[in-house]
Formats: sequence, structure tokens, C-alpha cells
Amino acid sequence: MRIEIRFIDSMLDGRASSLAERLTRRVGSNLTLRIVDVVIPGAPLSADRARSVFMDPVVQTLHTDAAAAEDADLAGWTALVEVAWRPGVTDTLAITAREALLQLAEAEPAVIAAAEGLATARQFLLYGKLDEAALQRTVKLLHNPLVQAATVIRAAEWQTGMRPPALYPAPAVHDKPEPELIALAGLDDAALEALSTTRLLALTLPEMQALRAYFADPAVQAARQAAGLSVAATDVELEMIAQTWSEHCKHKIFNATIDYVDQTNPAANRTVRSLYKSCIKQTTEDLRPTRPFLRSVFTDNAGVVAFHEGSVLCVKAETHNSPSALDPYGGAITGIVGVNRDILGTGIGAKPIFNTNVLCFGYPDTVEGELPKGLMHPREIMEGVHKGIVDGGNQSGIPTAAGAFLFDESFSGKPLVFCGTGGIMPETVNGKPSWEKEVRPGALAVMLGGRIGKDGIHGATFSSLALDESSPVSAVQIGDPIIQRRMTDFLLEARDLGLYEALTDNGAGGLSSSLGEMAEASGGVRIDLSACPLKYPGLSPWEILVSESQERMSLAVAPECWDEFRALAERRGVEAAIVGEFTNSGYIDIIAHDKPAGLLSLDFLHRGLPAMHIPARWQPVARTDDRPPLRDNYADLLLDLLAEPNVASKEALVRQYDHEVQGKSIEKPFAGRQADAPSDGAVLRVDHTTQRGYSVTHGICPRYSDYDTALMARMAVDEAYRAHIGLGGHPDKAAALDNFCWPDPVESPGTPDGAYKAAQLVRACDGLREACLAYGLPLVSGKDSMKNDARADGKKISVRPTLLVTLLGAVENVQKTVSTDFLDAGDLIYILGDTNGELGCTMLERVARRQAGAQRLRDGMAPTLAGSAAQVAVGDGAAPAAVSPATGAASAPENLPQFGPAPDVDLQKSRELYRVLARAISGRIVRSCHDCSDGGLAVALAESCLGGRLGARLQLSHLPGTLMQYTADQYAVRALFAESGGRFVVSIRKEDRERFEDTLHGHSWRFAGEVSAEPVLRCSVGESLVLETNLAALEQAFKTPIG
Amino acid sequence: MKTRALVLSGYGINADEELAQAFLMAGAEADRRHVADVVSEPALLAQYDYIGFPGGFSFGDHLGSGLVLANLFRQKLEPQLRSFVADGGLIIGICNGFQTLVKTGLLPALDGDDRPVVSLVHNDHGQFIDDWVLVDCESESPCVWTRGLGRRWLPIRHGEGRFVTDTPETLQRLEAEHLVALRYAGRNPNGAVASIAGICDQSGRVFGLMPHPEAFIHLECHPARRHGFEGGIGLDLFQQAVQWKENN
Repeated sequence: MRIEIRFIDSMLDGRASSLAERLTRRVGSNLTLRIVDVVIPGAPLSADRARSVFMDPVVQTLHTDAAAAEDADLAGWTALVEVAWRPGVTDTLAITAREALLQLAEAEPAVIAAAEGLATARQFLLYGKLDEAALQRTVKLLHNPLVQAATVIRAAEWQTGMRPPALYPAPAVHDKPEPELIALAGLDDAALEALSTTRLLALTLPEMQALRAYFADPAVQAARQAAGLSVAATDVELEMIAQTWSEHCKHKIFNATIDYVDQTNPAANRTVRSLYKSCIKQTTEDLRPTRPFLRSVFTDNAGVVAFHEGSVLCVKAETHNSPSALDPYGGAITGIVGVNRDILGTGIGAKPIFNTNVLCFGYPDTVEGELPKGLMHPREIMEGVHKGIVDGGNQSGIPTAAGAFLFDESFSGKPLVFCGTGGIMPETVNGKPSWEKEVRPGALAVMLGGRIGKDGIHGATFSSLALDESSPVSAVQIGDPIIQRRMTDFLLEARDLGLYEALTDNGAGGLSSSLGEMAEASGGVRIDLSACPLKYPGLSPWEILVSESQERMSLAVAPECWDEFRALAERRGVEAAIVGEFTNSGYIDIIAHDKPAGLLSLDFLHRGLPAMHIPARWQPVARTDDRPPLRDNYADLLLDLLAEPNVASKEALVRQYDHEVQGKSIEKPFAGRQADAPSDGAVLRVDHTTQRGYSVTHGICPRYSDYDTALMARMAVDEAYRAHIGLGGHPDKAAALDNFCWPDPVESPGTPDGAYKAAQLVRACDGLREACLAYGLPLVSGKDSMKNDARADGKKISVRPTLLVTLLGAVENVQKTVSTDFLDAGDLIYILGDTNGELGCTMLERVARRQAGAQRLRDGMAPTLAGSAAQVAVGDGAAPAAVSPATGAASAPENLPQFGPAPDVDLQKSRELYRVLARAISGRIVRSCHDCSDGGLAVALAESCLGGRLGARLQLSHLPGTLMQYTADQYAVRALFAESGGRFVVSIRKEDRERFEDTLHGHSWRFAGEVSAEPVLRCSVGESLVLETNLAALEQAFKTPIG
Repeated sequence: MKTRALVLSGYGINADEELAQAFLMAGAEADRRHVADVVSEPALLAQYDYIGFPGGFSFGDHLGSGLVLANLFRQKLEPQLRSFVADGGLIIGICNGFQTLVKTGLLPALDGDDRPVVSLVHNDHGQFIDDWVLVDCESESPCVWTRGLGRRWLPIRHGEGRFVTDTPETLQRLEAEHLVALRYAGRNPNGAVASIAGICDQSGRVFGLMPHPEAFIHLECHPARRHGFEGGIGLDLFQQAVQWKENN
């Protein structure tokens, strides 16, 4: 039986009209469509029942015995496309539909039967001329074949009786509940490597050898025999080790020993023993004495800081790159709900209070033919990821406070999807510090939330491999924010009632990771895999252990609290099950169906991993110093920059994120008179009863990696800290997260330039440490994703080495924040910080290169994608074409312009300037403040004008910095577009001039002009007017649609 | 003695904390209670002066916005809700709460008829939108939440906020009886018929609206505050209701 629901009046279905518009734009045919929602109950249901549960009687109608496609008022469709989830993929609508039925069922068996096995689908009736090619293209846009199946029926086929499937298949059940035995003893190295590959363990030979040695150890064998286990490893054990030892979980590259060689400066050669310990953790340790707000760093799911009395804040960011490349929507939504769970599982459990997302894609206007076959188009990926963020973030009731979109051809292979979340906890919960974690032996191991299915099996190991055409379908899972929201509400309630002792989230690696980590705290755990609630039968024990099915937490519950815990969970509609017990045996002891299935020493599991050894070779990059474009009036270049997707307004996308829920938003994504100018970051109130707040800002500059990643990292830290200061943040109260996304930095036949990429990693870590120490910015948590390469169609695309710095800082009084928009005509404009005139790797260079590349394409020459990035290599395994094999450094055979070295920042000078600015802001002298980043001073000025709907007149001669060293004809272009760090555009009241300039004494600053009522931006250098453009032109360029 | 507000939570409701805060700041007491606890103890309702249906995505809005929650109330709490209103209680439904109220038939409940006659459907542009809008509190409306509050800014954030009626006659009655309490004054952000942003029942005590007054309980929330803005803040609506209740 099928229940088909549709709107009576097509004009009332906004989903359909906006989808039709999108399809029309993308397919080229003029399309309209109708949407029919399909519910397929497990047993027949009366039409009355169906109406009362599934339909809005005011605007919808429903069939239980006929096809909506045959309704007279829907006649005339060209084709019907019905999309349903593939077996085993979470059908969130079906979950709610079942619940809605059961909610009214009470004692009615017929309704219960209807709810069992219920599935949903969505039907699209397409109207308009559609040839076969256009139809196929439409179908492609309507579903993702990885997770959904589409049935296509043309009008003529319907006439011949063709119909959508009556029932959608349940997952095939292959019964194989017994663990498999795998003897490692007799295996030679080749066989070990083969085993790692065929089982998708993603372990290296030395790691496989360590496994073989462990299982050959007589003491281990004796313990196994005593436990009733074979001396051969079980698949359960191998999978658990592979998950625990994955790059994703163990950060092997960040913990590796790296031999760093500087090919031009042997004095800089050194051996790094763990970048994590020496650069990241050590930085925080060095800062600890002067940063008393640190509570929990690096040890937990998220970093915890105490900026204000009474509560602590925590913050974490993750990436979800590989899943988003395959299923952009599901990948992004799972990324958000996943990092929300990290916060929920921090300390004794924190409440999520903001989300962030920084999304990096290939250019949405990438010409189809330029993209290697087999890769999804960047526009497709962007649309899916964006929709995932919209649904995931909005439904969770967590404001999307801050973020960014970046476009770069090197993200065409794998997008970077950074998802961050912040949370809040009371300082103490039931008398204990909330950030501490304690698991006592004897506590019950409890799994809470969703059930286990085959979703996301091997996610952790998969993300540790390069993406290729054979990447597994099961690596994709789809999160359900609503189920998680319920679990969150329940957990916070149970937390305050003291019903559990400790918790952590189930993310990568599933139970194997969560219980494995918690077992470290107690000293062991016994896990009964048969006790885990399953979505459907037929999962092997190892699949149960490593499945990444969503919306699950693992908890330690004292036996005496269990009854109350379970009763509350039941009342809140959240499933809880005892799946084992924490012990102090020193072992992870696994049973399935009352038989032993694994016994692993905790010590081996967590400390048996052999350290990696990686070579790193640095060679400074020689960039050509082409003459930048020179103009009498730079208006056209400024407009080009404003229209560049990286700079252009993202308002159409960002307005779809809820940034107001929870009611605490102060500085929002957009500022100004009409709230359409970009902000430097977010400020939110800590709670409703005080004026205390916190800032959330980002720094990310992958373009500068083409020159030197050390500088890229310094600039990223500067950008985040600068924004925090510019919003009105406290200079001594801020903490940061580091998220590295790198191409594979391990030299191998497939990565001949690995040693250069490893050197880039070392230098980035050095730059990060240097900048954090200079600014007093402790790192409190971080994550790395080290295999951001895609291979398709014989080509390899690797991301530009990227570091995202996410900053969480204190704002003492939310009434004293400032925003980026000019406020009144007559206010005075100052430029703070040194302008050094560097144009290399800047937005100006990017625009010049894209324009030159587009011209080459028009001239029928090599495509821009392959020619414009050092990171794009052609030919699998061969030395990258546009990359010098010895160093990996870019040469410039593509004849696209380069403007020399990338910009840098003087950290010591900036630090002092920032303190002065922070005082001026808290003293309420500063009326507006905008940091200069992408596009330099010209873009910052344009945005401040746009925000205030005001103009400005500026004199840019004698700017402080080394700008004067360039020839006079290049002064203006470098003043306007250089991206030197550490700079702001600030406006103040006329009467505050003396006071402000006194404060600035001894620092780098220039009084540059005045805000004007006339809506024109005018910049002069000496007597010459070098930029003149009106506000309307600026607005039009800035609001150029993306994609 | 302070008046008391019951603010519902759970099942994907997510703006309950700030709604409770709005009642507190307006001078009432406020309890947040899980829907499951209210459903299992319907007599609770009688202890309160106000019920707040907050925004969110109850049950994911998977089967239609507010539909599953509305069905739950219709089945489990209908008589208690009716007597709550009849006994002079006040109800506010915001965003998803408004969608829920119209699907329970508590709004507009013309002549006490509890069949749904109005709905909130997908925005005409098909997308979720987070923005600030200018709204008029209609001066002739009997709504006790908005009376005399004039023109003001409120934040909106919804994908399904387009107000529609089953028939033109329903719309005519809503207008004739001034049950349209709140109307978009500038841009109509979702295609709502007659720019309707909120309606009340004939008593004026039951009120539903798409904008979020509870997300504007501090002056600093307004994005253009530095340039000056028209009208007061969202907290005014709650103060209005609490004062009315204290005086009646």
C-alpha cells in the first residue's frame, strides 16, 4: 500500500517552485514540477488514519488507493522520478512517521503493523520539454546514487503500466554472526600488507608487523588461551586495532619522528620528535603560567576554558572532508551533529551553544571539461554541503555563529568541510569540577541513542586513505539532528540529576573508539557485542564494534543509578542499553553470543603503535615578480575583487543558517545599516543575566602556502586574533584550535613530493607556535586530516596545505563591541598597522591569474585548473607535472602572473598595537573597526562604506611600513591591495582625535581621511586620485551571485 | 504573587530557554517542562497562567511543520487546553509553536470551531531564512500580547512561515474581526497572504506568530542598533501580556 500526499494548490509548495527554478537554471530546459510525498506503511492503514497523521488538511490532499500522478489536475507531466533511500541508509522521515503512528496506536495492532517496516520516498512530476539528455541530467540533480535510488518513468511508460516499486527493500541480511579467525603467525611481509589492503585496515607494514609480534608473544598467547580464545587474532580484534591506530584517531603523522632538511640552509636541519608535542602541546605549556583560564586541554573531546565565573566554555572543530566528497549533504550534516556530540561528551557533558563552519570548495564556475571525470562538480558539492549545514545546524537549535566560504581549484578533488561547536557547562556539577572525567571500575558501560547498522563502517580508516573510485559506499552515514536533539535534552537532564559518571561520544570508530578511550580511564572494559541494539539483524560482531551509526553516546553509569537512568531515558524517548562493564583488568575483553571474541591489552592498544619516521625536505619557493596591473583609477580592479567568489557576499547562503536561536547573538555574520556588510566574526552573550560575552573568529589563508606555510600559519593566527581584537575582545583572554588539512605528506611512489609537503607541515607548525606564543594564545584542542588527495581519471588533485585557526575569546561587556560599518559622516578614518606592499598569493594575484587563465581557455589553450595550482598533478604516481619533483615547489610554466612573495606579519609590533586598540575600544573611542584581510585595504574600505551606506575620502600617501621601497608607479596598487597582516580600518568621532592619536603614539598608524555623506569611495595618493567609485557599483559587485 | 508560565520543551523544540527567559524578564515565573511530562500529567496545565509553545523543529517537522506535536496535543490534552483558554489563560506560539497551534485548531478557533482552517506552508522562495523584519502590531486587534505596541523590528528564522487560509472567507473573517495581530510592514519575507505575521483567537489571549520576540529580549540583539531603529524590543510583548494578566 502507498500513501501519496501532495499540495492541492501548486502555488503553495515553495519547495517545488524553488527546486524547479534550480533545475531550470542547471539543465537549461524550462521546467516546472510537483512534489508528491510517498509513505509506504508496513501494513495497510485506513485513509482516515493516514489523513489524521500524514496530512495538513488545510493545504494538502492524500491518496491511499490511487496514484497522485493520475490526478486530473496534475495531468500533463513529461516524466516521473521517484527517489528513495537505499537499503540501510537512515530514513529520518520514516522514523518520525513510525513514531507518529505509534503515538496514536495505543492498543491497536493494525497501526503497529503499519508502523513496522514503514518506508518513505519522494516523487517528482516533471513538466516541460525534456529530451533524454536533459531528463538524465535532471535525475542526476534530484538524487545522489550513492545513498538514494531513483525510479524514472516517462509519460509513455506510465501508459504501458510501469509504476514505481510497491515496496522498498529492507537491507539484505547475511547471517554471519561468528567472529572470523585470522592467523598472523605464518604471514610474511607481503601477506601482511595484502591483509591490510583487503580488509581496509589502512595499516602500514611496520604496524602490521607490530600486530604479528603481539600475537606471537607467549604471554599474550597464554592469556588468550586462559580466556578461551584461539592464539590467532579474531577479525573483531584486527578491526579494533585498525580503528584505534588509524591516522584519524592516532594522528600518526603529527606524532611521527621527522627528519627536516633545509636544502639551502643546513643550519636549520633538525629532527622533530612529534610535531604535536613539540609545537602544539608545548606552546600551551609555555603559556600556561600566564593563562590561568585553561581548564582542560588536549585530553578531552574539546578544550575547556574559564573566562568568567560560574561557567566554563569548551570548543572543538572537526573536518568531514571525505564523506562530504561522496555525499555532500549527508557528509556535512553528519559533520555537524558529530562535532555537537564532541561537545556533549566533553567533561561531564556540555550544552552546545554555537556552531561554526568553514567550507572550502573548488570554484563553482569551474568549466565541466576541466574537472577530471569521476569527480562531482564543485557546485554540486557546495549545494549539498550547504543544505546539510542548513538542515543539520538549524534543526539542532544551535546558532551557526561564524564561518567562511573559500574557493580554490585545489579543493576540487576533496572539499574541506570544517565543522566547529562551542559549549557551556556550569563550573561544578553535583559538587565536582565539570571538566574532569572519571570512570570507575564496576560502572556499567551504556550505549545511548540510535541503534547500530552498517552505516559508516570503516569511516575512520577510510578518511585515512586517498579518495578514489572504489571508495566504499558504507563509509557514508547520515545524521539525524532531531534524534540527537532528544538525546541532548535527556543527557543534560540526567547530568544535572547525577545519573551517570562519565560519557563520551561515538564518532569515528564507533564503540571501539569510545569504549576503548573510556577504558583507559578505568583500566579496562568488558564489552558484550550481542547486547548492542541493532537496526536490523545480520551484523558481524566486528561490524557492531566499529560501526559509526549516528546519534550515539557511550556512558559509565553506576549500577545503583541504572534503573532511574533507564526510566528517564524511556520517558524521553531515548534508547539506552547496557553493553558491558568497566573494569581494571588491563584488557579490552570482548564477547559475542556468550563466547569470547577478543582480548586486547590496553597497553598494546594505546601504546603499541610504532612511531612513523618521515623525511622532510624544504626548498624555498622562487616566485616571479611580474608587474602588477597599473591603472589611473583602480575602481575596476576593486570591483573585480569584490565580485571574486572568495570576497563576494555570501549572504544568500548564510541567511539560510539560523544564527539567532538561543537569543544571545550580539555581533552577527552581517553588520551595518542594512545588515549586509560582512562582520569580522561573532560575539555572543554568555548568558541572559549578564553583559559578559565571548567572541568566535577564524583565520585561514591557504593561498599563502604557495610561498611558505610558516607564513601561512602566522597569518592564519593573526587573522583570527586580529578579528577578536577588532570586535572588542580581551587581549589576554583567548584560546585557539588548530585544524590542519594537508595533502599526504609521506613520500611514496604515489606522492613523490611527500618530503616537500612534510617540510611544509613542519614549517606550518613552527609558524603556528611562533604566532601563538607572540599573541599569548594557547591552543586548547585540534585535529588534523592528512590525506586530502583525490585521484580520478588518471589525475591527482591535492588540497593546498590549509590550517584553520578557530579562536574563542572573552568579551568583557557586550555593550562595548564594535562592528565593521562606518557610522556617521564626518567621522575620522585611521589605518592601523604596517602596509608592506606584498602582492604575492593575494586576492589581487588570484584575480589576475583567473582572468589570464580564462583568456587562455578562450584562446583554446590548456585549461586553468591544471595550470593554475602547484597542487594539481597529472598522472597517477608520476612526478607532478607543474611541480618540481625535487622540492614540490611551483615553477611557473603556465605563464600566469605571479607577484612575488606573500604577505607577512610582524608579530611583536602587532601584539603591542592590538593592546592599544583593545584599550581604545573598551574606552569607547572606536566607532567602527574592520580588519584588512582578503583584498587588502581597498576591500576593507569598500565593506565599511557599504555597511554604513556612506562614502569616504582618503589620502593614502606615507602609509607606515616598507611600501615606500617600491617604485612610485606601483605605490597605489600596493597600498590598495597588499594583504600585509596586522592592519585595521578604524573610524572615530572628530572630537576624539587627540585622545586617539595620543593612545597610538609610538605605534604604526596613519590618519587617512573622513567618512562622507556622499556615497562615493575616493582614495588619493598625494595629488593623484587613484580610486573613485560609487556605493551602488560597490554593492552590485559585492552582491555578484556565487556559482 | 507572580504569575506563572509553562514553557514546553523536548522532541525537537529548541527555543524554550529564551522563551522562559522572556517570561522571567517580563516579571512572571517560568517553568520549562518536557512535553512528555505534561502529556502524562495533564492536570499540570491548571497551575499556570501562560503556556508558551516555543520555536524549533518538533519531531523534525518531517511530516509537516508542527503536525506530529499538534496531533499529540489533540489526542492527549485537548480538554485541558480548552479549559485553560476558557478559564482566562494566555497562550503564545512562536514559529514552530505557531505552526503547532494552527494544526491543533487552537488558532484561530473561530466560534470555538477546532478544525484547522489556516496553515503555514513553505516560504514562497523555498528556503529557510534568518533575517530581521519590520512588523506592525495591529491597533484594532484584541490581541493582549501586542495591543498598542505599534511598529517594530523582530527577527525571523523559518522555512515554513507563509501564512495561508483554507478559503477567502476565512481570511475575510480574520480581517473583519481584527484577528490579524501582527503584519509584515516592509518586505513580506515568505509570501504570507495579506502579509500576515501573526494571528490571535477571538479572546485575544491565544496568539501565534512567526517572528521571534523571545530572541530580542536585549537591546544589543538588533543588527543595526548603532544606526538607530524604529520601535521597542521583543520583550515588550511579554511585558504587555504579563501586565494584562496581573490586571485581570
